[in-house]
Amino acid sequence: MRATSLEKLGDRKLAEQFCAAFAAEGAERFEASILQPADVLLDLYGEDIRARAFITHDPVEGEMMLRPDFTVPVVLTHMQGDGAPASYTYSGEVFRKQDDHPDRPSEFFQVGFERFGGDDPAKADAEVFALFSKQLAPYDLRAATGDIGILVAAVRGLRTTQRRRAALLRHIWRPRRFRALMNRFSQAGTALRQQNLERVRGNLALPAAPFIGFRTQSEIDARIAALEEDAAEPAISTGEIELLDDILSLRETVPNVLSALRDIAVDMPSIAEAVTRLNARADALDHAGIDIDTLDFETAFGRTSMEYYDGFVFGFFADTRPDLPPVATGGRYDALTTVLGQGRGVPAVGGVLRPALLRQLGGSAL
Amino acid sequence: MTIKLGVPSKGRLMEKTFEWFAAKGVTLRQTGAEREYAGTVDGIEGIDLVLLSASEIPRELAAGRIHLGVTGSDLVRDKLAQWDNQVAELAQMGFGHADLIIAVPKAWTDVDTLDDLDAAAAAFRARHGFRLRIATKYHHLVREFLKANGVADYQLVDSQGATEGTVKNLTAEAVADITSTGDTLRANHLKVLTAEPIHRSQATLFKSRTAPWTDETRATFVTLKSMLEIE
Repeated sequence: MRATSLEKLGDRKLAEQFCAAFAAEGAERFEASILQPADVLLDLYGEDIRARAFITHDPVEGEMMLRPDFTVPVVLTHMQGDGAPASYTYSGEVFRKQDDHPDRPSEFFQVGFERFGGDDPAKADAEVFALFSKQLAPYDLRAATGDIGILVAAVRGLRTTQRRRAALLRHIWRPRRFRALMNRFSQAGTALRQQNLERVRGNLALPAAPFIGFRTQSEIDARIAALEEDAAEPAISTGEIELLDDILSLRETVPNVLSALRDIAVDMPSIAEAVTRLNARADALDHAGIDIDTLDFETAFGRTSMEYYDGFVFGFFADTRPDLPPVATGGRYDALTTVLGQGRGVPAVGGVLRPALLRQLGGSAL
Repeated sequence: MTIKLGVPSKGRLMEKTFEWFAAKGVTLRQTGAEREYAGTVDGIEGIDLVLLSASEIPRELAAGRIHLGVTGSDLVRDKLAQWDNQVAELAQMGFGHADLIIAVPKAWTDVDTLDDLDAAAAAFRARHGFRLRIATKYHHLVREFLKANGVADYQLVDSQGATEGTVKNLTAEAVADITSTGDTLRANHLKVLTAEPIHRSQATLFKSRTAPWTDETRATFVTLKSMLEIE
């Protein structure tokens, strides 16, 4: 669906207002080219981005993408600078293919606020959330929060092989595959792990086929050794699997989730630090004027979106319009700055909002 | 107004389509010289034959420039976003069978399943610094399939022909392609993953949901459907 000229003018004006409000909080204005080099984005997001972004070809620059978001260019720009703490705000069109939702627009304004650096992540998380909350207060929206860091800490602390933990961590953002891996590494998957090894051993007995392609014999040998290790290794205990399930199913107000997680941390001390961070953030949110007693928290929130958030995540939704995507989303993405900063990372938290969705919700503020 | 029927313009797919319609009393014929893309329909009034490349028929159906069209179900699913909102399947025609599959070098003794492929892709990327490449021309279908199955760390590279040769030529590590017998794959030292095919394709008669209809063409369509024993 395409916005009319009048609607676009309105969206642009609203976007500028939000951007000015963010700038008033001390953020520098940031601009990014609409045509972005495709290789950085492809390396970061993989094939998924091809299904979502418009790709075009420049005779000189090669494959280019119509800016699918501002996050990557703003991180790259910040990481090339002197590294001093800074906040940025931006406003402009982003472009997304909508193969699965032809009713959604393929270009729309996005306004963002991103904060880099600082030594109090809980405070930074709370301030960014409070900033969006304040800007969106005139609209009838529900906020949801989460923290990918809880699940990450739980997986890192599993009493099993490094290889299994790495496999689970790699698929945190793909819930279905994550679940399949959990099953395979659990008691229920013991027979499956043995079958996998026997199947491969069966292949080894077949007449050798000529070697073609880049993948080498040593890579195959390493994978077979991994399968052997996995078959010989005891399953992840039923107790730990149940705790993971408990963590994944938490969906309550912030104080209730905190209390549930403290109980879980008794049996799973590896999440204690992440729970302490959540507690500090809750205090900081409270201090920033957010009513945490009614604020929703889901441990699984943000797992199916883009995989760069690695801590606090949040979204603002219109409950009256469940057909619409979230009006605003954001979170912490420290790891992304390390990837784009060639190993040198800084704390980073930010969010974006979409003025066109506010227009669809009734145009002006309540 | 006439109904425009799009049919593949050459090869076995055209011959088989002609036979399928002829068996039901609808005679499709090429007119003029053998290589001239013009044709007529006998046995029923009010239908124009349009000879097109099989790969263009999905687009023409979606644009509503033809009312009916015969092409592979794989092409419709790959080329049309939300294909079933744009076209409807009228009849599976029972020929042109082919499966869209993923194949890897037979020498990969550790890879038979999608799980294996995912694990191999993760290790490959760590070792080689780029994502494992899968050569295909069916980008949409393959990407959706791998996403639904949670396979990561791969990339698709475009291959419009001789896809089975890309691994030997070092332009891909694996392929996703149509196969009916598997002979070409075996000859190129590749093996099919044991997963269900991404799609089981066959020649299919489609109806456009966007083409304009009049009372006259609707009446013709009812007659045609009864001759073709559809519904």
